[in-house]
Formats: sequence, structure tokens, C-alpha cells
Amino acid sequence: MSPAVVLDSLGPLIGALRASGHTVVGPVARDGVIRLTELVPGPDDGPTAGRADEQAPGSYRLRDDGRGLVFGHAAGPDSIKRWTHPPRSELFRMRGGVVERTPVEAPKVALLGVRACDLAALAVQDRVFLGGRHPDEAYRARREALFLVAVNCAVPGGTCFCASLGTGPRVTSGHDVVLTELTGPHRFLAEPGGERGAALLAGLPSRPATAADLEAAREVSERAARRMGRRVDPDGVKERLAARRDSPVWDEIGSRCLTCANCTMVCPTCFCVTVEDGTGLADGTAVRTERWDSCFALEFTELGGAPVRSSGGARYRQWLSHKFSTWADQFGTLGCVGCGRCVTWCPAGIDLTEELERLR
Amino acid sequence: MTPDPIQDMVPEPYRVRARRPDRGEAVTLTLEPAGGGAAPPFRPGQFTMIYAPGVGEIPVSISGRARHGGYLQTVRDVGAVSHALCRAGRGDVVGVRGPFGTSWDLAAAEGMDVIVAAGGLGLAPLRPVIRGLLAARARYRRIAVLVGARDPGGLIYPREPARWARHCDVRLTVDRPDRTWSGHTGLVTTLLDTVGLAPERTYAYVCGPEVMMRATAGELLRRGVPAGRIALSLERNMKCGIGRCGHCQLGPLFTCLDGPVLSYAEVAALLEVSEL
Repeated sequence: MSPAVVLDSLGPLIGALRASGHTVVGPVARDGVIRLTELVPGPDDGPTAGRADEQAPGSYRLRDDGRGLVFGHAAGPDSIKRWTHPPRSELFRMRGGVVERTPVEAPKVALLGVRACDLAALAVQDRVFLGGRHPDEAYRARREALFLVAVNCAVPGGTCFCASLGTGPRVTSGHDVVLTELTGPHRFLAEPGGERGAALLAGLPSRPATAADLEAAREVSERAARRMGRRVDPDGVKERLAARRDSPVWDEIGSRCLTCANCTMVCPTCFCVTVEDGTGLADGTAVRTERWDSCFALEFTELGGAPVRSSGGARYRQWLSHKFSTWADQFGTLGCVGCGRCVTWCPAGIDLTEELERLR
Repeated sequence: MTPDPIQDMVPEPYRVRARRPDRGEAVTLTLEPAGGGAAPPFRPGQFTMIYAPGVGEIPVSISGRARHGGYLQTVRDVGAVSHALCRAGRGDVVGVRGPFGTSWDLAAAEGMDVIVAAGGLGLAPLRPVIRGLLAARARYRRIAVLVGARDPGGLIYPREPARWARHCDVRLTVDRPDRTWSGHTGLVTTLLDTVGLAPERTYAYVCGPEVMMRATAGELLRRGVPAGRIALSLERNMKCGIGRCGHCQLGPLFTCLDGPVLSYAEVAALLEVSEL
């Protein structure tokens, strides 16, 4: 008896998550993009159905998928990072010589529709934030407040390469529940990833999964793996990049790179931050806030009035070498999970899979 | 290894107990916990992140322990945060996190000739090294302290060299002498030939601008001192001190965690790469 069940719709699942105190976040078409957005009870409740995406270097377009699928698209620009490592968080306030730590906000959030690459990125984040000498307790609190409803990717994007890195498309760990969207008839195979997921599924209207349901789900993942838009050969990449620090390729990429930092913003593992300081006009309270930063920012390495990495080539080298080489030195894993977001959202269409080949 | 105490991005309030203007637009602050008691133990070469309320935070190396248990920390007025800290008055409260980072290994040089080479503000993290060496003077052979600065005004701690000179060889030099200067002129590296070192038994502690450290390490290597016995202290942009902000990376290294004190053997190849 497999623990897998079949759900006819996602409404009861979303309702049960809300009933247990979670804000439910899922894929919603907004501004021509699939965003991970809070799902609001009402006529438009639930994830957007029927929209597919077309992703290519520097290009993202939505269109009707003609099939009414809920998960008939690849990853959008948002990743789990937004919830575990928010773009901005206040650290503390200081007034009259007294430091007041700002309480960590760790709301109960259920993320619906995260993919294998996102879960792989979360495992990377766990190593970064919790595996080092100074565990980040704010990250831990936010991380533990998440309920993860993953989906087996059916339609990888043109910029995806998780299959070649072994991070997808099939969800294997790190989830509470994993869904596979099936057609003919439209239904969702739901499998628990652990006790929390099993408890949730036990309370939903469902029927046991048949061997045919399980077989259809397996085919979804196999088809997806074959439809990857791109690939990266991870074998030896760490040593190779460390040996290519002086390659002229970096400056050539730098001549195309706008150093806009889009890649680092959409990357599900990039963790760099800076701090901002301000003083309240009313009472002179000093406030310190942490916010996302990027190794592409000119002031990122500023020292004594001048940046260490001033050229675009050096900044791109830092980013790509960190992802595929020094990240492994630091955290024992690559920093890239093959989600392809950085390729899609680069306004110059720089494709790291191509650049890695050129740096062979 | 005892585990680090929990360190995050929230500082402890420290009171400015004393403020001593130094040369070269530098100020030496004595900082002690505002709640009383002594500041946590530190090892020579470690740094703290000092927060000027509402302005920002910068890494500053610890130059010594003050009489009442506070830290002596020298700040040079070069940016908004250091400017605010240099203007802090006695009794003002700032934030302090740390101490962070690796330290100078004083035991590694026991039984050897020792060179301490400082450039400009690089003397600040080396001051506890010099004091540590002299406190255990009998464990070392010859000790030469070489201090360079761009001009006479850049020689910080002006009263200390005379005290050190009672127990070791101290030499000062400036690149751009003025009318007050009658001493040696030239880069710190030009002092190396004046100390007559025995490379096979020499250990060197070097701190200053990166170009000065690379030149000094290069000269020591050329004379036969192995890279593993040349220790440097690197400076990078830092926002956290605990390996989270990403700013201080140098190849695989986080300067805040793996450094700032590193052996030249560990970093020579990295420092060779332009804009790494």
C-alpha cells in the first residue's frame, strides 16, 4: 500500500494549510511573470492555471498553455530564498546607548509549487547559513516555519539544466509533500515526504493512488529530464575554474556583462548582504537593516575609497567562480543547482552554461 | 578548539573610556563594555566590528588591552564611519562585535630571529605582537621591528619605539621626509638589508598596505625566508566579520574567518591575480 494519494483539486490542500495557521504562497501570473505570491481567499484563490512560460537567455514570455495546467511552467524569478533570507530585515535599533535586538519575523508559510532545484538550493542554503562557524539563528527560525509542497517539474524551461547537475527534475528530499500534475483526467498525485506531509494528506479528500497513477508520474519526470534546455558537466569544473583565473574569457564576458546584479538577485543560493544605517528623525533612534547585496556592485569590495574588483570581468569571474569552484571549498557543495534563472533574467543574455564550456 | 560564542549581527554597547589623537589623522580609542567588566579575551591580530550609531560599522584591529580591561583600537579618519568614530568623545557609546578572525602565531617564532615589518596603520595590529614578543624576550633570538610610513606624520604610536628599542632593534623609515625628519628614508623593504637576517631561522610578521606586504614578502622570499614563515594580515571590505556577508572573499577564503592573519604560503598565488 503506497502512501501516495490522488487529489482532484488543490483547494482542500490550500484550505488545510490555512487551517493549520499557514500563509499559503504559490505561483500566480502577475505582470507577465509567474511570481511566488501569497494566495488570497476569494474568487481568484489558488495558483494561476493555464499559463506556460517560454524562457531563453535574456527572455521570459508567458502564453496560454491550452491545457489548463497549474504547474505547466518552469521556475519563475522567485525562489525560496525570499522567505528564508528576505531581501530586507531589520537587525536592531540603538538609542541612548541601549541596543535593542529586532525580533525575528518567522511567519508560518506554506510554499506551494517549489521544484527540485529549489529544494536543492535550500539544502545549499542550509550549509551556508547553518553549517558554518556562526549559525544564523534568524535563518533557522524562518526555515523551520516553512511547509514545503513541492511539485515534480513537468515542463522545464529553455534555460534549465538541473538534470545534468543531479538536482532534479524529480523531487527526492527536503519536501513535506510532493505533487505530480497528471492529465486525462486532470488530477494531482500527492506523496508525503515525511510525517508532517503524511498528516496533512490524511486529512484531505482523496483516493489511493493506483499503479497507473504512479507510472504516469514517473513518466512526467522522465520526459522532463529529457526536455532540459541546457546542460553543465560538473565533472572537474571546480579545479578547472580555479586554474583559469587569468583567462582572457573573463574580460570578454565583462564586455557584455552590465554588472546589473540580476543574476545574483534571482539566484536561489546567492547569500551576500550589506547593511544600511539610518536615524529616526523623531527621536534619533539608530536603525540597522540587512539587505541583499551583490558581488556585481562596484562598492561591494570598496577598500580605502577604491574597489578591489573594478572591472566587469573581475566581478563576473568572482560570481561564476564562486558558484562553481570556491563555493565547494567553502561549503562542500557547488553553489549552482541548475535552475537557469540567471540565464533567463540576464538582460545581456549571458549564458553560464556556454561560458563554462568556453572556460574549459 | 573551543567553539566560538554565538556571534551575530547585533553589537554590544561599549563606552569610549579614553580618546587619544594619534598621528596621521588617526585616533586611538579605549573601548570598554558599557555594562561594566572586561572586554572578551582577544588574540593578537584579531579585529572587532565597531558600530557608529546611525552611521555604520567597520572592522578595526585590536591593538592591545587597556588598564581597565577595555580594548585599544586605532581608527584612521578615511570615511564616514571612521570619521564618526574618530570624533567620538569620552563617554560616548558605540557598538562592538567580536573579536573575530585568526591571530598572529607568536609561538611559531620561538627560538628564531624575528622581523616585524609594519607600514603605516599596519602597526596597529602588530603592536600586540611586539608587546608579546618583548614580554617573552628570552624565547626569541634577534628581534627587529621595522616601521615605515609615507611621511613622518604617518608614524603612529610615536612614543612606543623608544620603549621597544630597549629590548630589540627598532628602525623607522619614511618615503617622503620633511624638515623634521633626520632618520632613514625609503620603503620598509630598504631596511631589510640593515638587520642582517639569517633566513634559515627567521620568522616575519608583516602588516601594511597590500602593495607593501607583497613587496616585503617578496624581498624576504628572495633572501631565503620560506613563505610559510611569513605572516600577513589582509584587509578587505567587511560587513559582518562572521562569514555571512560575502564581501571579504579572496578566492576560496573568507578574510574574516580564514584571516585576516594568513601565511604568505596560503595567499601568495591569490594575491598574484589582479582584482581577485
